[in-house]
Amino acid sequence: MPVDTQSPILRVTGLNKSYGDRAALIDASFELWSGEVLAIVGESGSGKTTLLNALAARDKPDSGSVEFQLREGGLTDIFKMTEAQRRLLARTDWGFVHQNSADGLRMEVSAGANVGERLMALGQRHYGQLRATACDWLARVEIDPARVDDLPRHFSGGMRQRLQIARNLVTQPRLVFMDEPTSGLDVSVQAKLLDLLRQLTQRLGLASIIVTHDLAVARLLAHRMIVMRRGQIVETGLTDQVLDDPQHPYTQLLVSSVLQP
Amino acid sequence: MITPVLRLTKVSKQFTLHHQNGLALPVLNDVNFEVSAGECVVLDGASGMGKSTLLKLIYANYRVSTGSIQHIDKDGESLELTTATARELIAVRRQHIGYVSQFLRVIPRISTLDLVAEPLLAELGYDEQAVKQARTLASVWLTRLRIPERLWGLAPATFSGGEQQRVNIARSMIKPRSLLLLDEPTASLDPQNTQTVVALIHEAITAGAAAVGIFHDQAVGNQLATRRIDMANFRSITCAAQ
Repeated sequence: MPVDTQSPILRVTGLNKSYGDRAALIDASFELWSGEVLAIVGESGSGKTTLLNALAARDKPDSGSVEFQLREGGLTDIFKMTEAQRRLLARTDWGFVHQNSADGLRMEVSAGANVGERLMALGQRHYGQLRATACDWLARVEIDPARVDDLPRHFSGGMRQRLQIARNLVTQPRLVFMDEPTSGLDVSVQAKLLDLLRQLTQRLGLASIIVTHDLAVARLLAHRMIVMRRGQIVETGLTDQVLDDPQHPYTQLLVSSVLQP
Repeated sequence: MITPVLRLTKVSKQFTLHHQNGLALPVLNDVNFEVSAGECVVLDGASGMGKSTLLKLIYANYRVSTGSIQHIDKDGESLELTTATARELIAVRRQHIGYVSQFLRVIPRISTLDLVAEPLLAELGYDEQAVKQARTLASVWLTRLRIPERLWGLAPATFSGGEQQRVNIARSMIKPRSLLLLDEPTASLDPQNTQTVVALIHEAITAGAAAVGIFHDQAVGNQLATRRIDMANFRSITCAAQ
């Protein structure tokens, strides 16, 4: 996979966000490079999702910048783009896998239409081709292509998560955001999803940001980790560094509180 | 002139346990040494002297308290491991520094053959031809380490401890690297497999790798060591006083 060695795919500088009196995000800065999987960990209310939503332009921060490396045009502040530009990014170069699959899927249309939607938004109209691509992606996420015409509501939780992934990856995004993609799934189903995510991120050379409270998930999928507490990034590093030699008191507590991540 | 592959200068490590009243555990103090290609440096010292800690510091799995650890590649380019970015560390581990332990981190659903082949794919790419090539080499390693072929298609989660250990050695050594960190790779292996692993390490060193190793089995250490370092030299003063 070609990796741009000149500049990061995402550069985040000094993000702040408050809800009323409460600071949800305080001076968050980091860079992400092509091919890297970054995990954001921390307890509920630590600002993980606020950060993710700011990065994916779903919620505007009060200050700071989020720059994304465009295919043409270099690092560009996403909040200085037009709404139309941002929307185009969101359905081409970005993917967003939600914790709750109902937030990421259209439950009233078929699995095939869910996968094809982003392609149609990009102007693909050939029905046969859309259907073939959809079947191909269903197979890649281990859903029987014979179910292409079924509604997602007839799918199990694990299948819906995999359908969400297919729906997102079909446009070959370069950056995928994932918000607790495996929580709420049975352990056996989780393993399948994790293996799939691991292979796809590796093989497609995706950059990916995954919010999780599960340190074992972070260990398996992520190269790097950010630990958040009360809206602040308290520790960063390679995943194994942070988990095996945590420096910050909060990270030490987090790591010592779980069974063998 | 032989240039070193690894250079440690004034390295110290102390663990601070914030939830045990900030208890400070000094483990290593003033570590200075170099290792060159073709050398196998064996670390001597009783349990708790910080042998594993030292290997983990070199792998940048643990972070130093003070001091410098440099990796020097064959073009003479050096990378300061203690301040390198995550990206640089990922790259240097992928290409140059291997960590061989006795413990396999099993990945659910991945077959033994693919688990061993995987380190090669990061470079070869993931196309059909590359996967085939990597699997062929993986099968050679598994055969040499006496993992029966009927197990290759299975995920090693259910394997015996010794089998998992040998799978891990294959996975950790299949990609030739210039610096090997050996954390008791032969612990609890039977004599025959121990000799196979010794031979594999010996071949890597003969081919120009540098190694730093811990071996509880004296005989294995004696077979491989080109030089020995006594961990007692790195005891911190506070530690020695206890």
